[in-house]
Amino acid sequence: MQWFDALVQGVLLGGMYAQYALGMALMFGVMKIVNVSHGDLVILLSLVGISLASSFGLGPFTVMVALVPLALALGWILQKAILNKVVGEDPLPSLIATFGLSLALQNLMLQIWSANSRSLPGGGIESRSIEIGGIYIGLLPVIVLVFAIGLTWGLDLMLKRTRFGRALRAAAADVEAAAMTGIDARKVYASATAIAVGILGFAAVFQSLRSTVAPADGGAQLIYAFEAVIIGGMGSIWGAFAGSMVLGITQAIGFRIDPGFGVLAGHLVFLLVLATRPQGLFGKV
Amino acid sequence: MSGAILSTHGLIARYGDFQALYGIDFEIDAGEAVALIGANGAGKSTFLRALMGLLPVAAGMVRMEGTPIGGTATDRMVQMGVAIVPEGRRLFAGMSVEDNLRVAMDQAERLGRKGGWSLQRLHDLFPILKEKARTPVQSLSGGQQQMVSIGRALLCQPKLLLCDEISLGLAPKVIREIYAALPEVRAQGTSIILVEQDVGLAKQASDRLYCLLEGRVTLTGPSAEVTRDAISQAYFGGSHAVV
Repeated sequence: MQWFDALVQGVLLGGMYAQYALGMALMFGVMKIVNVSHGDLVILLSLVGISLASSFGLGPFTVMVALVPLALALGWILQKAILNKVVGEDPLPSLIATFGLSLALQNLMLQIWSANSRSLPGGGIESRSIEIGGIYIGLLPVIVLVFAIGLTWGLDLMLKRTRFGRALRAAAADVEAAAMTGIDARKVYASATAIAVGILGFAAVFQSLRSTVAPADGGAQLIYAFEAVIIGGMGSIWGAFAGSMVLGITQAIGFRIDPGFGVLAGHLVFLLVLATRPQGLFGKV
Repeated sequence: MSGAILSTHGLIARYGDFQALYGIDFEIDAGEAVALIGANGAGKSTFLRALMGLLPVAAGMVRMEGTPIGGTATDRMVQMGVAIVPEGRRLFAGMSVEDNLRVAMDQAERLGRKGGWSLQRLHDLFPILKEKARTPVQSLSGGQQQMVSIGRALLCQPKLLLCDEISLGLAPKVIREIYAALPEVRAQGTSIILVEQDVGLAKQASDRLYCLLEGRVTLTGPSAEVTRDAISQAYFGGSHAVV
């Protein structure tokens, strides 16, 4: 029973990781940008959300309604102001730019919020659970998983069925050929990053509900997003979701083996996938 | 002001330090088909890339209906009514035939370009594209891929269509099928610049031709009137001839 419990808890944890990973997979898939500031953006949005909640007495889902449009705008500005100037065939300039942004964001957050840990009050939702067949399932992790599935499904549908999605896929396949059909790649890129960071608006609320956040925490979120995307296959939306599940389940099983082994187990699976199937479990060669 | 739909004036293009075009003067009228012939490396594809905004050139070197447009971004060129069937087809791998075509339709709609081309009309021109609508483009034969590439360009509703080596690597039967579609494109009032290595095909499908050699025009004239000898001399070297 304890292994089945670990599996369930792993899937639920994977829901959180999927919300980190989706945006990273989208940015890599469309622009070949590995956004090193991804985790810092989650933390920045979390801290903004916590400040909004405490300043205006907002509940977590009202914070989400405010935070997601803010995150969309932040992503759009980030692409327009910085990333459009460094995006191209060579991934190094964008890697350096987002690394610099990561450092700047951490210092900015320290300046505004200090190094203290904070969390978003959830009105009890964060500690509520239900028992099914001897397994306790947290209400918040279930909501997180439902949102993760909804976001993945919605993103996939958007990519396949909408004009914007087709333009994104075309630009991802061949940016010069996309321009030959009238696509303005810079605009498409700005919208893609807006969506990628917009998804982090959801992740930020859930992250600050389930645990405390502090300005220096971005690195861990980045690593989990990166590992999930690599395990699933760079640039694949459902691959990122599946990679998140694999990472979550591996960590949950690792925690059952030894409480100190969970995170390491995730890293080991990540390294194993990199060594044996570098294109990821669901990526194409 | 010239009456040409598009003209170039001393067009120069470079790849870094390497100069590929040396002062090309060219023009094409509305509804006209003009062929560009020449050996490999003559600068034919470079010329099309320079027109399409894929290479940096000075504004005044390319004019569209008299307006300087040289160096305009490629997506803006599409908005102004220029579309290209690029060398190597450049289809969106991983996407179906229909999605490749819809990308162009979406953008034409977004950019407010209106014209006579629709998915239905394209299916009438190339029936195989309807049959293969859901097939990923990378699974198609070379000829079918070329049809998608032509269709994608036509759905941009162009006034001027640039075709870069559309017969390259295709079987003679497929080439005939593709070239048979060009009169219908012209019937829409669309002008065509045709880069072609097969001189016979180029002459047959065009009103006038230009021959390039090492980035310079070595022959211009009505396609029906240029002689085999004149082409041969212009193709492999000799003084500039106007027939």
